Amino acid sequence: MQKIVIIGNGISGVTAARHIRKKSDAELLIISDETPYFFSRTALMYVFMGHMRKQDIKPYEDWFWKKNRIDLLQDYVSGIKASDSELSLQSGKKIKFDKLIIATGSKPNKFGWPGQDLKGVQGLYSMQDLDNLTKRADEIQRAVIVGGGLIGVELAEMLVSRGIEVVFLVRENRFWGSVLPVEEGNLISNHIQKHHIDLRFNTELDQIFGDENGVVNEIITKDGERISCQFVGLTAGVSPNVEWLKNSAINIDRGIVVNQYFETNLPNIYAIGDCAQFQVPVEGRKNIEQVWYTGRIMGETLAATLTGNRKAYQPGPWFNSAKFFDIEYQTYGNVNANRAANELDFYWQHPTKEIAIHLVWEKSNEIFIGINVFGLRMRHELFNQWLKTKVHIDEVMANLRIANFDPEFYKRYENEILDSFNLQTGKNIRLLKQKWWQKVLG
Amino acid sequence: MKLVKNIGLVIFLIGLGIFTVLPFIGGVKLSDEMMRNILTESELNNLENRFEKEIIDIDFTSSYGFGSAVKGIYDDVNEEFRANKQWDKVMHTSPKEFSLKLAKVAAYGPVKDNKFAFFLLSFGLAILGAFIFILTDLKLKGPPGIKNDGIYHDPNTSRGWIGMITAAWLIGFYLLLYIAPYGIVNMIFVVEPVKWLFVEGGEASQWFLYGFMYTISMTIMGVRMIIKYRHNKYQIVRTISVVFFQFVFAFLLVEILPLFDLPGKDLKNAWPLDYSFLFDWNVKGLIENGTFGRFVFVWSILLSVIIVPTLVYFYGKRWYCSWVCGCGGLAETVGDPFRQLSNKKLWSWKMERWMIHLVLVFAIIMTIFTGYHTYNEIYGGPEMQDKHILFGFSAYNIREVYGFFIGTIFAGVIGTGFYPILGNRSWCRFGCPLAAYMGIVQRFKSRFRITTNGGQCISCGNCSTYCEQGIDVRAYAQKGQNIVRASCVGCGVCSAVCPRGVLKLENGPEKGRFGNEGPIVLGNDGFQLNV
Ligand SMILES: Cc1cc2nc3c(=O)[nH]c(=O)nc-3n(C[C@H](O)[C@H](O)[C@H](O)COP(=O)(O)OP(=O)(O)OC[C@H]3O[C@@H](n4cnc5c(N)ncnc54)[C@H](O)[C@@H]3O)c2cc1C
Ligand code: SF4
Ligand code: SF4
Repeated sequence: MQKIVIIGNGISGVTAARHIRKKSDAELLIISDETPYFFSRTALMYVFMGHMRKQDIKPYEDWFWKKNRIDLLQDYVSGIKASDSELSLQSGKKIKFDKLIIATGSKPNKFGWPGQDLKGVQGLYSMQDLDNLTKRADEIQRAVIVGGGLIGVELAEMLVSRGIEVVFLVRENRFWGSVLPVEEGNLISNHIQKHHIDLRFNTELDQIFGDENGVVNEIITKDGERISCQFVGLTAGVSPNVEWLKNSAINIDRGIVVNQYFETNLPNIYAIGDCAQFQVPVEGRKNIEQVWYTGRIMGETLAATLTGNRKAYQPGPWFNSAKFFDIEYQTYGNVNANRAANELDFYWQHPTKEIAIHLVWEKSNEIFIGINVFGLRMRHELFNQWLKTKVHIDEVMANLRIANFDPEFYKRYENEILDSFNLQTGKNIRLLKQKWWQKVLG
Repeated sequence: MKLVKNIGLVIFLIGLGIFTVLPFIGGVKLSDEMMRNILTESELNNLENRFEKEIIDIDFTSSYGFGSAVKGIYDDVNEEFRANKQWDKVMHTSPKEFSLKLAKVAAYGPVKDNKFAFFLLSFGLAILGAFIFILTDLKLKGPPGIKNDGIYHDPNTSRGWIGMITAAWLIGFYLLLYIAPYGIVNMIFVVEPVKWLFVEGGEASQWFLYGFMYTISMTIMGVRMIIKYRHNKYQIVRTISVVFFQFVFAFLLVEILPLFDLPGKDLKNAWPLDYSFLFDWNVKGLIENGTFGRFVFVWSILLSVIIVPTLVYFYGKRWYCSWVCGCGGLAETVGDPFRQLSNKKLWSWKMERWMIHLVLVFAIIMTIFTGYHTYNEIYGGPEMQDKHILFGFSAYNIREVYGFFIGTIFAGVIGTGFYPILGNRSWCRFGCPLAAYMGIVQRFKSRFRITTNGGQCISCGNCSTYCEQGIDVRAYAQKGQNIVRASCVGCGVCSAVCPRGVLKLENGPEKGRFGNEGPIVLGNDGFQLNV
């Protein structure tokens, strides 16, 4: 029987294993060093904040793996000998494979700041990071977070929930400025400040200092400002976790270089998830994708290939979501931080509430390109359909009510949004009733 | 503000403390004269001798001691009659009610003399303190949003020591209430001033005390619920509804209807949750009450047979469980801090399906027996009177067993007393026969579902954790499937705590209500989705 070995029990590796098992009887082994069982990395913050316990963030019960004949091994893979199809583990064990899937995820970026390895300086990625932070939490009065992205804001929320004062250093002039347009960036920045976070824009970390015990006690910014603190969170992005492959024959760039079938330069070795880097990215997408959803899609797709149904990576239209303290965010399609020359856009924000919508469409033919929503929920299925069939922006606007996914009894803003849209564009779009869509999707 | 909150807590605890020590204040002493006034002639004949020796003029320090002694004698004497086959002499009053009646008359002390003052000291302080404690959250907990910080660090909500004390208190209270109500006469006295609002100088029963506590706790904790979930309008509307139904239908109307000589029935209580519906005394009481009584009888049948399944078809069982029901209402308000404690394991789901459906079967069988008996009582000729044996079993016995094990122990002691241990809906999930009935309709013939928003789930597990019914919501959501489960009470909390806005409770066409049935989640164009 063929033996498929997977390194990494994150969403990518686990999804691949599950879908292979659905179609095949191959022997399956997942080797991972972090935790014995798969857990949801996206939920780490909720354990720290006391919303859940560690056992609650495991999406499958422990018996699941045995029942599905997926063997688990907690160990660290220290080397790959591709010519012998053999892995060497930290414990000294050797493991043979017929097919190898590398799904080793990412590592927090550290840009060589002096003092970055002091005690109390860490990223937020792994279970160990969570444990370290939990252990120190009671000793922290003030924390500095470096890097204004999704993990940074989660870390801020975590720390504030324990009554810790947070100074948040952001390189851009607004929160998540590399992704969010100005309007949204300001909306979220204001909200973060409402939660009593000392948000410093255009500020970068220079050095970190520690006390005689090697514990952080101060940082200095590039502008020379000193901030005393007992904790520094490094959340300036993540990079593929491929360091350990440096001496192997596998082709590495920033990540493990793969084609659209997740094949590396070596036969029978594949890479998926955060650690993979596409030689040629899918059109309109990045060559390294580091989100939950893409890891899942890659796992599903590779599983098909390995069970005899060769499929290229073909993610549908881009989508993502996040939450910034109390503001939910969803996005479908592409909304760039800076609008491109061939695009038009429409932004609406509630005069008092933290609710906003941002739509972008093609200038020439008015085809809908993307949407950001804040404090509103939209139906994925419908936007997926619209983006794939390239509908006109007017159709999107006329169907906003149907596209809405807010819970029952929520106040609806379609009329206000549409009035404002008509005013800006000089169009006269009216809302469509729910009927036709119910027939299509219901 | 934190200080104000703590002051509220202290006031609440003082009130609760005073309430808790009420049974130990004052004493009970039955005089000869009292005995002769209360007991019927035959009771007097049967009990006088032993009462004179063991009860009369003896100063009991607590009503529990007094009541137990009275009940002991009563049971002994009856036992003796039965042993001697003196059937005509056996007394049929319930021993605990008998003891309660005597204890109420014979009790003395400051509580009985100052009912209103002690009402203020116990209920008054507890209510005031609770409101202060809860209202400060408006400021302390920051802007509207998910408020689950620290739930698993808090010794109350994570099966810690406070939770265990809370459980012990609740279980103790329930046991006294159901099994030894004579132990809590002082607690009954302090709510009498509330009873006087309805009946001048009226006497309260232990059920009035319970109903009042129930309604007040639901109201206060309903306010807490609204503050906590104020980011979610569904929760606000639903909480107002469930508190309204408790307040008006289960409390006010039950008190007010009898003032007009009408049956004090809780009109929203549907069979088979209302298991005494076909008991002889209930049917007789309704039928003998004239037009309104008959209306109530017909209404009860309509409710169970037509209204319940129809509304479940259109809206899911949530319309009852989370919007109307008293048990559900208590779970959703008082029980909200404990919802995460429900078991999510697969084995508990299996156990749930067995248990709840067995209870439903039991309820149906019990109802058939009592129906047979009641029919004979009312329509049977003289020779059928009191015919209560069917297939060799007595309707009296069956309904007694059901009433004790299901009605008292399961619904009451375990259902509520175990909130801090088993979560807030263990009765609704494992025991309620009405829930079982509606669950079958909801699973197979209903427009209700929880829609999963495409591929947006990040498998974080908040939904499953906070599902009081122990449904592993995440298991469906992460596959892009809709959630259609018999046990879902539509509380909407999974949707309210999902950090990615993935879940939406909806009513819609039956076609496609299960959503994506394939293994691949939306967002992957390499595959055809069955949506
Ligand atoms: C705090 C946080 C919040 C996030 N929130 C979101 C979100 O809301 N939405 C979203 O889309 N994405 C989110 N992400 C990103 C998302 O979690 C990742 O993209 C995803 O987990 C990557 O999955 P993976 O399977 O590729 O790798 P990982 O989950 O990183 O799994 C890789 C595993 O392999 C192990 N491993 C590595 N090297 C070896 C080795 N040599 N031997 C043995 N084992 C090894 C690692 O220890 C790890 O357990 C978040 C990430 C973090 C850290
Ligand atoms: S699935 Fe959701 S709505 Fe249904 S009972 Fe559970 S938490 Fe409530
Ligand atoms: S549905 Fe929401 S709460 Fe549930 S696991 Fe998915 S993201 Fe988390």
